[in-house]
Amino acid sequence: MYSLDITLEAVLNGLLTGAVYALIALGLTLVYGVLHIINFAHGALLTTAMFAVWVAYTFLGIDNYVLIPFLAVIFYALGYALQRFVIGPASHGDDGNILLVTLGISIVLENALLAIFRSDTRSLTSDFSFEVLEVGPLLISKPRLIGFAAALVVTLLLWLVLARTDTGKAIRAVAKEKLGASLVGIDVRHIYAVTFGIGCATLAVAACLLMPTFYVNPRVGGAFVLVAFTVVVLGGMGSIPGALAGGLFIGVVESLSGLYLGESLGQIGIFLIFILVLLFRPTGLFGARA
Amino acid sequence: MLEIKGLRAGYGGVEVLRGIDLSIKSGEIVAVLGSNGVGKTTLNKVLSGVLPASAGEIVFEGRSLTRASAVDAVEAGLIHVPEGRKIFPNMSVRENLELGSYRRASKNRASNLERVFNIFPRLRERTDQAAGTLSGGEQQMLAIGRGMMAEPRLLILDEPSLGLSPLLVEEMFTLIQSLNAEGLPIMLVEQNVVQSLETASRAYIVENGAVTLSGPAETIRNDPELKRAYLGL
Ligand SMILES: Nc1ncnc2c1ncn2[C@@H]1O[C@H](COP(=O)(O)OP(=O)(O)O)[C@@H](O)[C@H]1O
Ligand SMILES: [Mg+2]
Repeated sequence: MYSLDITLEAVLNGLLTGAVYALIALGLTLVYGVLHIINFAHGALLTTAMFAVWVAYTFLGIDNYVLIPFLAVIFYALGYALQRFVIGPASHGDDGNILLVTLGISIVLENALLAIFRSDTRSLTSDFSFEVLEVGPLLISKPRLIGFAAALVVTLLLWLVLARTDTGKAIRAVAKEKLGASLVGIDVRHIYAVTFGIGCATLAVAACLLMPTFYVNPRVGGAFVLVAFTVVVLGGMGSIPGALAGGLFIGVVESLSGLYLGESLGQIGIFLIFILVLLFRPTGLFGARA
Repeated sequence: MLEIKGLRAGYGGVEVLRGIDLSIKSGEIVAVLGSNGVGKTTLNKVLSGVLPASAGEIVFEGRSLTRASAVDAVEAGLIHVPEGRKIFPNMSVRENLELGSYRRASKNRASNLERVFNIFPRLRERTDQAAGTLSGGEQQMLAIGRGMMAEPRLLILDEPSLGLSPLLVEEMFTLIQSLNAEGLPIMLVEQNVVQSLETASRAYIVENGAVTLSGPAETIRNDPELKRAYLGL
């Protein structure tokens, strides 16, 4: 058994990481909830965004936090174009095709990154990565604290957009009733692309928040996406509050099982939960609400 | 205001509409009648741009809508309240109505919302209720209300009385008449022949994807062939 302080610190660290997991899961769950597809390119797009952060920081000297709005806009446009001009037209409305198209995109992206950057692992060389905040006996990593706060803000923003704006309402309408949406003049293909764009923009933000304390190589996205899938299943496919709660929960589980089972077994706790949820609560712990 | 000539359409290789001719003048209620599966809903889908026409033409207020998208149709004010309502079940009554003005008349959203609530006081009492939890009759009111939010130039109602209790059916036809009394042209697509013919000024009978009989509702009501086929007389 560990002391209370150490356990508390592990829980805290888990929450900090979990918020960024939630952010990564957000795009996945939103795209699933609206387009009813599982985006297999999610991980490769995250990797691409992380390399973009690294390149901007290393060669252009752009701070990763300053980069957030710019990269978000670029990735929104990229996601919009991908859905509108590649995934949509190539799939002919067939879900099986969409799956293959997103898988194809992920292979293309990964190999392009491999060709450009080799399989080396890179990280930002910044002193800020190691700065900590002392709260009583606890040491809290500053970049992870910022990541936590920013991830919560982005989740809240997205929730507000979906709840309050016409575009957000159109997204929710298309998710449940395509024909009804068309008949009030909603351009369903446009809304699909907007949704995919938002999913990519949240990945861009996540990449900016992750990079100070993480590394990037052409395959890194896969590890995050496995966790994000667990979060999505746990929170209920298509549910945004579910993704947030699921992300925080998974972060804590990973951190605690890492503490008690050892760093290399930390992710076992996650997959145990994944399997248990699939067996006993396939609709997710928090029910499904889009 | 609406002219349809030789309209053909279908699904995949199967032709459902085999040359429909139909017209609606301003201020009219026109009934389009026929039994299940003759192509009434398909016609509505083509008119509202969700299904392409393979031949023929559609002219609405002097403008061709033959190749129009659903967005174009709504922008032109041709508003289709579909069979089965197709409301947004996960959203509140208010949000459903707001989305009715997503593409058209969004500037007058507040005053139109008030107007719809005056027509349907039941909806006002349920502003924040999820639309999926409304009763069938209330969902039909919501679907019509959502259509009204776009300030329609022509309202197409597909089977508005389907699945309603006899009392509500009566209420629905009264409502259709009162909407029309304010000058709104209505294309009433129904299987309920008797009440539709009482409500409409003119009617078209569709069989197997083509119009087989048309004229003033009065005349059609007394047509011996129709009496035999639809009224069992
Ligand atoms: N989405 C569809 N795909 C293929 N066939 C359809 C589809 N919708 C309707 N049909 C067929 O088209 C014909 C006309 O249907 P419909 O227009 O719904 O008739 P109605 O509204 O008069 O009952 C029917 O034979 C029906 O089976
Ligand atoms: Mg029908």
